[in-house]
Parts: sequence; structure tokens; C-alpha cells
Amino acid sequence: MADKIATREAYGNALVELAETNEFVVLDADLAEATKTGVFKKKYPERFFDCGIAEGNMVTVAAGIAASGMNVFCSSFAMFAAGRAFEQVRNMIGYPHLNVKICATHAGISVGEDGATHQCLEDIALMRTIPGMVVINPADATEARAAVEWALNYKGPVYMRLGRLAVPVLFDKETYKFEVGKNVRLTKGRDVTIYATGLTVGMSLDAAKLLKAEGIGARVVNVATIKPIDEEEIVASAKQTRCIVTVEEHNVIGGLGEAVCGVTAAKCPVPVVRVGTMDEFGRSGKVPALLEHYGLTAENIAAKAKEAMALKKKFSK
Amino acid sequence: MNQAKLKKLQKTAKEVRLDILEEVHAAASGHPGGSLSVADILTYLYYEEMNVDPQNPQMEDRDRLVLSKGHTAPALYAVLAEKGYFPKEELKKLRQIDSFLQGHPDMKHTPGVDMSTGSLGLGVSASCGMALAAKLKNKDYRVYSVLGDGESEEGQVWEAAMFAAHNNLDNLCWILDLNMLQIDGNIKDVVDPTPHDKKFEAFNWNVIVADAHDFASLEAAFKAARKCKGKPSIIIANSVKGKGVSFMENQAGWHGKAPNDEQYAAAVAEIKAAD
Repeated sequence: MADKIATREAYGNALVELAETNEFVVLDADLAEATKTGVFKKKYPERFFDCGIAEGNMVTVAAGIAASGMNVFCSSFAMFAAGRAFEQVRNMIGYPHLNVKICATHAGISVGEDGATHQCLEDIALMRTIPGMVVINPADATEARAAVEWALNYKGPVYMRLGRLAVPVLFDKETYKFEVGKNVRLTKGRDVTIYATGLTVGMSLDAAKLLKAEGIGARVVNVATIKPIDEEEIVASAKQTRCIVTVEEHNVIGGLGEAVCGVTAAKCPVPVVRVGTMDEFGRSGKVPALLEHYGLTAENIAAKAKEAMALKKKFSK
Repeated sequence: MNQAKLKKLQKTAKEVRLDILEEVHAAASGHPGGSLSVADILTYLYYEEMNVDPQNPQMEDRDRLVLSKGHTAPALYAVLAEKGYFPKEELKKLRQIDSFLQGHPDMKHTPGVDMSTGSLGLGVSASCGMALAAKLKNKDYRVYSVLGDGESEEGQVWEAAMFAAHNNLDNLCWILDLNMLQIDGNIKDVVDPTPHDKKFEAFNWNVIVADAHDFASLEAAFKAARKCKGKPSIIIANSVKGKGVSFMENQAGWHGKAPNDEQYAAAVAEIKAAD
């Protein structure tokens, strides 16, 4: 059994590690304990600013810091960083293309018991509509740490989606290399492509195992960068497997699924079956029960893969 | 204030007012009322108060200005052009498809614009970030932000006010353009944001009251702001919307409407005739 670490945890640790050799400021909005910027705050209090419960102000203060030539990270829950502060992010960070890193935690239904008001299922959609915004959703702690380092060295706005839940470590930190905008194929298969992002990568790998047992070759692809989307890889996989499943802890409207559909519709039309929340709000519950309820399980992903293959067969007639 | 300095500022402000009218008339859209009310404030800032170099708009140690009430961009552009950041001919292209003079300030394309603004209540927060950055970099530049009285109805203004005082940003100075009018009418009739002095005092700011159209009063106010240590300052500048053009003065209707040819000619004649 692999270790389980939340991507938010990896983010906080990465900040501390990177601060040893890099100058940057970290902002939070009264959630430092939860977002894990608290570990940075403890070590570098002079470079940490708590903005209080005022997320719109926080991201706009970050814009002012960036406009003054300093590197800055800011964190809150995805609901407030991307949701509450959307217009501030759009007008004051996106429009002037400022070098602000928005690292939002507690994205998706895996927030658990807090329920719908805190389970952001719209942040990918909101952030990917902003011109020039890079949108990253790491699958595990290794990827999160590497993505934070990449973001620090990139000059421009970045939205990073991080989770509350401890998830299996999938990648070896000695060999893993983060490449922005590059999909990574994790399994071989020519019957169906499964695009997954964030915590759905692990369950998609499990789904591939279930399918393999039935003689179906599923190509699981990790989409860590949702914007810019890796068009080249998607077109290549669409041509080879002729059907696709997308899996995300997000509304199927506006997220990874639609990003993939945008590519296939224009460049290689194939059936795409989307797994995610089906235009509905979240709810309170234990995380495993919630994942089950919303169909984010290896079993459901495998079933959807077969559905996609049936559509491929139907359309090819 | 000595007479020579006063005369020079008044002459510049007169040019700025003529520029504003020319811009908005040429664009056949834009916001003359608020632009005329902030004309003297921006003239004083760029000609007397701020350490800036039009030949080097990105100079690292320069003082910064965030025009939080971004719709009064015509006034900012007029001052920047008079100051030499870009040729005055550009002013006639305000709001045109091929112009770098956007309807609201754009830091990416307009020399001298320190922050993109336009959505009300946000520029002031950015000014806090800039002032904080100066402190972190041990720089002694100052950051100014001009906000509107209607704008002060935005909740984020008060989030930013809390943040600035909490972080002792004494290198930050806001100027409230208190012309008492917003699009829908008198600010007291829409949703009364007054009294600003008591509110900002309660937020632990250094509050200074000035006459927005009296350079000696502005000079005293900015000097008082510089002297204050440990907390941010706000200059509550009592102003007249549409100042200098009698038929625009104190008229909410001239918030976002351009003068026609006849009105433009009358306005120019009045500004030119004033001493």
C-alpha cells in the first residue's frame, strides 16, 4: 500500500523547502492551518501575511505585490479563491497577466462533511476561461511539489487545484519530472483512453486493472495541466483508441471533460463519456460515501469505459 | 504655496481639463464628470508630489499611482501626456480600436499606468500590495490611490482599509474624490457611505480633509500625509463633479456622457476663459 499524502500537504512543505533558496511572499485568508501555508508561516513569519477573511482583497493585494516585481503565492479554499474572488482574479491578475500563484485547496467533493457550500465543483471551469491563466491539478504529492516549484519559476498567473484528502503517492519523487501542458500516459491500451486529473488518477488506474481483467486495454492518461491542454496527445490518443472517458472531481460542465471535448470535436471527433458531478451540487458525508454517490469509483469508471467503447462501435457502423 | 508654483499648476490643470474634454469628445464616450473632479488631484500628484520619470516609466524606485476609480482614465491620460509619457496626439484616439488608451487604465500597454483598474473597489487593494512590497524590499517609495465616493460603497474598499492599517502601511496614501455624486444620483440618496472621516478614523487611518480644487490645500494635505508614521493616510478631497464646466458641475448626468459638438465648444470656451 502506497503512502497517502494530501496535495495541500505537499504544497505547504514545498513552500518551506523552496523558501530556503527563493524569495517569495505567501498570503492566506484565515485558513493557513487547513491550506498548509501554516507550515510556511511558522518558519518564515516575516514573509507570510494573513489577510483575514477577505479573499477578494487577498488576491488583489497579491496582484499589487506581483506588480511590484515580487513572487507571491496566495491560498484559500477553491470555493473562495476561484469562486468568491473570481472577478478580482479575472480583472486584477488575469487581465494584466500578473505573476500571481493561486494555490487553492479543498477543491471538489472530497472536502467531505462540510458539504456543498465548501465543495467547489466549478473552479476549473472558472479559471480556464481566463485568458493566459495556467490551470494545474496535481494527482499526488510528488506532482504537487514539482508543480509548485515549476510555478515559482514561471512568470505569469497560475491556478493550482489542491485537495484536502490524503491520496496515494503515485509517482516516484526521484524520477518524476513535471512538464507543463504535457499529458502523461500511465498505462498502455488501445481500446479506450481514460483522461483523469487530480485524485481521480488513482481510481482510474484501478479501473484500468478491472478492465484488463476483462481483456480490455485502457490507456490511462494523467492530465495535470488542464490549461493549456495537451492537444497533440489528445488527438493522438483519440485516433488510436477512438473513444474516451474523462474523469474529474468537478462538474462535467466546464471542466476537464469539456476541455478534452473541445479538442476532439475540432480535430478528431470520437465519443467522449464524461464522469464527474452531473450538474449538481455536493453534499455532506464521509468521503468514500461521497465518491461512491457521485460515481467517482474504479467500478463506475470501468463501466463508463465500456459505455464509451459501445458508442465507438455504434458510431463506426 | 508660492505664486509661481500655483500659477504653473493652474496652467497645467487647465490644459489637463482641455485634454479631458478633447479625449471624451473625440471618443464620443467616456466619463467627463469624474475626470474633471480629479483633474487637480492628479495634476498635483504628478507635478509636485510623486517621484516619477516620464522617460523611465518602469523606474524601480518610482512612486506609484493606482487610479482605483478607473473610469476617470481620461484625466490620468491627460496628465501623463502633459508630463511627456506619450505624445499628446494619442489622446484623440481614446477608446479607439487601435489605441493603447483603453476605456479604463491598462498597465500592459499605456506608459505610466502602474496598475490596470476599472472594476471599482479593487485598485485600492492592489495599492496595499504595492505598499507592502515596498516595505518588504526596504524601498522608500510611496504608493497613492485615488478612489471615488460612490466606489466606497464597495465592501472590498473596507477590506483593503483594514489590511492597510493592520500592516501599518504609512507609505500608502489614498485620496477620496468626494464629489457627492454617483451614476444614480447623490451618494446620500443611493446608499449613503458617509461619514468617511469617522469611518476611516475608526479603521485606524490618518484622516486629512482637503479642497480638491485648491492646490495650497492639496499641498498641505500631502505634506501631512508624508509626516504621518505607523498608519496609512487618506485625504478626503471635497470636489465638484464636472469642475470647470458650468453645465456639467454637480450633474450626475455627466458621469458617463460625452459632450456633443456644441457642448464641447461651449465647454472649451469656458475653460479657456477662466483665469
